[in-house]
Amino acid sequence: MFLIKCPWCGERDQSEFHAHGEAHIVRPENPDQLSEEEWGDYVFFRKNPKGLHYERWVHSHGCRRWFNAARNTITDHIYATYKPGEPKPEIDVNDPIHGNPENQR
Amino acid sequence: MSQSNRLSQGGRVNRDKVINFRYDNKSLQGYEGDTLASALLANGITLVARSFKYHRPRGIYTAGSEEPNALVQLESGARTEPNRRATEVEIYEGLSASSQNCWPSVNFDLGAINAKVSRLLPAGFYYKTFMWPASLWTTYEKFIRKAAGLGKSPNELDPDSYDKLHVHCDVLVVGAGPAGLQAALSAGRSGARVMLIDEKPLAGGALLGSTDVIDGEPAAQWVQKVVDALTAMPNVTVLPRTTVTGYYDYNFLIANERVSEHKGKPNGEPKERLRKIRAKQVVLATGSIERPLVFADNDRPGVMLASAIRTYVNRFGVLPGRNIALMTNNDSAYLAAIDIKSAGANVTVIDIRQNPQGELVEQAKAQGIKVETNRTISTVNFGANKIKGISTMALSDDGRDVSGGASSLECDLIGVAGGWTPTVHLYSQAKGKLEYRDDLHCFVPKFRSQNNHGFEAGSCQATWDLAGCLSEGAEAGAAAAKASGFENASAAELPAVSEAAQSEMRPLWILPTDHPIGIGPKKHFHELHNDATVADIALAAREGFLSVEHLKRYTTTGMGTDQGKTSNVNALAVMAEIRQKTIPEVGTTTFRPPFTPLTFGSIVGHERRELFLQKRKTAMHPCHDAAGAVYEDVGDWKRPFYFPKAGENMHQAVQRECLAARKSVGILDASTLGKIDIQGPDAKKLLNMVYTNAWSQLQPGRCRYGLMLNENGMVFDDGVTTCLAENHYHMTTTSGGAARVMGWLEEWLQTEWPSWQVYCTSVTEQWAVATITGPNSRALLSELCDAPLDEESFPFMSMKAFEVAGIPARVFRISFTGDLAFEINVPARYGVALWKALMAAGEKHDICPYGTEAMHVLRAEKGFIIVGQDSDATVTPMDLGMDWIVSKKKGDFLGRRSFTRSDTSRTDRKQLVGLLTEDPNFVLQEGAHVVAELKDKPPMEMLGHVTSSYMSPNVGRSIAMAMIKDGFNRKGETLNVALMDGSSQKVKVTDPVFLTEASKEASS
Ligand SMILES: [Zn+2]
Repeated sequence: MFLIKCPWCGERDQSEFHAHGEAHIVRPENPDQLSEEEWGDYVFFRKNPKGLHYERWVHSHGCRRWFNAARNTITDHIYATYKPGEPKPEIDVNDPIHGNPENQR
Repeated sequence: MSQSNRLSQGGRVNRDKVINFRYDNKSLQGYEGDTLASALLANGITLVARSFKYHRPRGIYTAGSEEPNALVQLESGARTEPNRRATEVEIYEGLSASSQNCWPSVNFDLGAINAKVSRLLPAGFYYKTFMWPASLWTTYEKFIRKAAGLGKSPNELDPDSYDKLHVHCDVLVVGAGPAGLQAALSAGRSGARVMLIDEKPLAGGALLGSTDVIDGEPAAQWVQKVVDALTAMPNVTVLPRTTVTGYYDYNFLIANERVSEHKGKPNGEPKERLRKIRAKQVVLATGSIERPLVFADNDRPGVMLASAIRTYVNRFGVLPGRNIALMTNNDSAYLAAIDIKSAGANVTVIDIRQNPQGELVEQAKAQGIKVETNRTISTVNFGANKIKGISTMALSDDGRDVSGGASSLECDLIGVAGGWTPTVHLYSQAKGKLEYRDDLHCFVPKFRSQNNHGFEAGSCQATWDLAGCLSEGAEAGAAAAKASGFENASAAELPAVSEAAQSEMRPLWILPTDHPIGIGPKKHFHELHNDATVADIALAAREGFLSVEHLKRYTTTGMGTDQGKTSNVNALAVMAEIRQKTIPEVGTTTFRPPFTPLTFGSIVGHERRELFLQKRKTAMHPCHDAAGAVYEDVGDWKRPFYFPKAGENMHQAVQRECLAARKSVGILDASTLGKIDIQGPDAKKLLNMVYTNAWSQLQPGRCRYGLMLNENGMVFDDGVTTCLAENHYHMTTTSGGAARVMGWLEEWLQTEWPSWQVYCTSVTEQWAVATITGPNSRALLSELCDAPLDEESFPFMSMKAFEVAGIPARVFRISFTGDLAFEINVPARYGVALWKALMAAGEKHDICPYGTEAMHVLRAEKGFIIVGQDSDATVTPMDLGMDWIVSKKKGDFLGRRSFTRSDTSRTDRKQLVGLLTEDPNFVLQEGAHVVAELKDKPPMEMLGHVTSSYMSPNVGRSIAMAMIKDGFNRKGETLNVALMDGSSQKVKVTDPVFLTEASKEASS
């Protein structure tokens, strides 16, 4: 069970949170002007990377606030959590620990 | 006769405290401090089980939690527990246990016929059986179920209680052997909060079974001093009888504490306590487990791990044999040989090494222990369930063959010493990576997952000498304390020890005999628990099960309740040998929690019966109880389903309630509706985005119905929202969708529109709601309030705040029955008062309380949908025939763009229609499939399914709603509904509105 640092409450058990998939997807301002593919991308398509993933979480059984997390989907290491609206933190995934090929299995 | 194998002195048992217990209906005695296994061995009982598949007789094999054979059924009746390891159960006065997996008895077992026909039970037997024709399987199933299986589960409620505890610490030390004790001491002295956990009742680990001397004293005294020092530290918790069963992400661990079983009778304490631990640092000092040797008929009762014999002698004062042969590939067996010899047995060491040398070998010889080298056991003479002796033969240079004549040796017990396997289960569960060390012949920790901070110490990382274990433990404890913020931590001082250096082992993974392996009656078991042999692995390899994960499942190696603790490395090595690969090339299987089995009681804890799930009850619940309501679960809510009168069944009650509600006045508890208070200057903007219709013109005091869509354009909730004042709204949602809608609004406001000034507050539980409906509802309400209720003063779809029966209320003139209706909202604390007042005043109108079933019938009569019943996540407003609620003018809202997607805009989608059965008294099953053309058997073209179906007393016949392909164009057509019993019913497609003339509000 993860230990997740809510940007408002601090570290809490994973059981207090829910994950909601990829972060930094902005709702298009003029949906009518989008092609079927563009709208379909927005509604249905999500990244499923092996490694670094920026994703949305909500502290549903705590402060009920949303936030973003940068998580390694292989190791489940959470590099950082940050508030919505804040820019993606730069993550060096090739540092000695996370970039270790043994860790990439 | 009693305790014939008990030595006259020695051991950590209390000889002043005799314990009486029963095993297989025999009365026996042991001492306080015995395990069931040590007490049975003291009484000369070796044979305790029949094996899983072949029903071969099996004996106690180990002295710890790794035991593969000695599983017993503990106690009987409600407290009975299967698969308890005799090596772990501490005996208590009155204990009763029996062997399992044996029928009719352990000494004479009919299932042993399996052994005679073992060619019919090869690896993959179960999988192959499943592929037989199904009709045959049912024939065999009964026999297999009787013959296999491990013990019996209780069939009464567990009378014991179980506890749970969430705990945090700086340093968790797992294992209280020499490394763990030193780690806890070092960390504890720094001031860190330390937990030291060990599965055994006594600290000491391997020292419990040894004769080591530490600081000039028996090791037990050093252990006691350390435990005393730790216990005296307020920041240290020492937990014996506690097994860390799981190690998960971010240093989250589960430990099961056996609190009171060993005390013998219930004393008010919980039986077990599950600790959920979050540790900053975890020191794993989990030790190692001795490996068996794989030779012919190595599973006979009386074959034990050499270290286990040593433990029974030293820890329990039990000598389980008199003539003991120890077969070994390394020096550690000589430690056992020396102790066993000192206890008075004849010992012969069969050393498979060609020329073993070293201190221990010389010491053993000096004490008169016979040592045979470069030989292996080729035959175990077994009869009358006892070992009578062995034959040994000389090994070839490569160890793959035997030669020369067999020489025989009388013995009654065989010890085996195949080297040691580090206990890396927890390390591996925590995603730590292992590497195979060719020099050490075992897997050792390589590096940790970065979220599971901590250290390893001692023999769990193949440090075999005592001095090394003590020093690594001290260093690891200090390092862990430092890493958790206790900068001044330092390693505890090292006590003085002296020990003999050990020489190289000879790794022969399969020991040959006088027949090729798999030919003839002798079996080479690498896995005792699930009865898997070398021949099974060879078969798996021949049949192409090369992946180690496939091998494991095909042969069931390591899949027993012991998780292959003794067998795992041997299985991999045998596979490697058969495939002529290296062990690392074969790979390891994944270690999964739990390390040892957990009881359901421990996992469940207090969360059972009335504490299993919370029940949500409305304010008026006591009134419904008094009225004899039958309840329906709606989410966690208990809602009145119907209110039966004496002698009524459900159907009769619902029909009566439906008629009464339309005839005069019905009353419904609608408190469970989700309610959200929405405030702020941008509230209107929010409503315009989340609902399909326009909200800009809604005036204070007016209500509007809305549909909510996801971005895919599909309906996911509906409800009526009311403008209470400028920038202030009261939203209602479905009962089941309340939390989902609240989360949906928050998600958009927080993540997409954070600058909007809107605040949403759940007020579902703050309001109690009574809905009165029917032609006399206005007359009833007027008796309880002063407010004008006429059509002009209080029109449909409006809200007014006034007192009802002296209670401040918000009254909404909205309707889910299609009739004149009022939803009266009062503060929840007045719910009972409101209900009673309405019931009293309604008496003269024959007021009728109705439940959710009548509510469903009444709304269906008018064609009102229930989101989630008539719709699912594939249904648009247009599919429901509700285009009228989709604004074409207001601009963007959630889901709108998806309406023009090619799939969403198809006109032949599944659409909501009404169905009328040919037989008006026949009520279709909800979920039944609608087909165009009925055929004798599937496949038939499916057009859709029935979503709602009732007998409607107001329409005077059965009614149904359905989602049908191209349904709008099929109105008037006759279709067929296939029924569960194979019959069918003709149905006519209609509008989904069945009661048209009853009220003018129906058409609003
Ligand atoms: Zn929070």
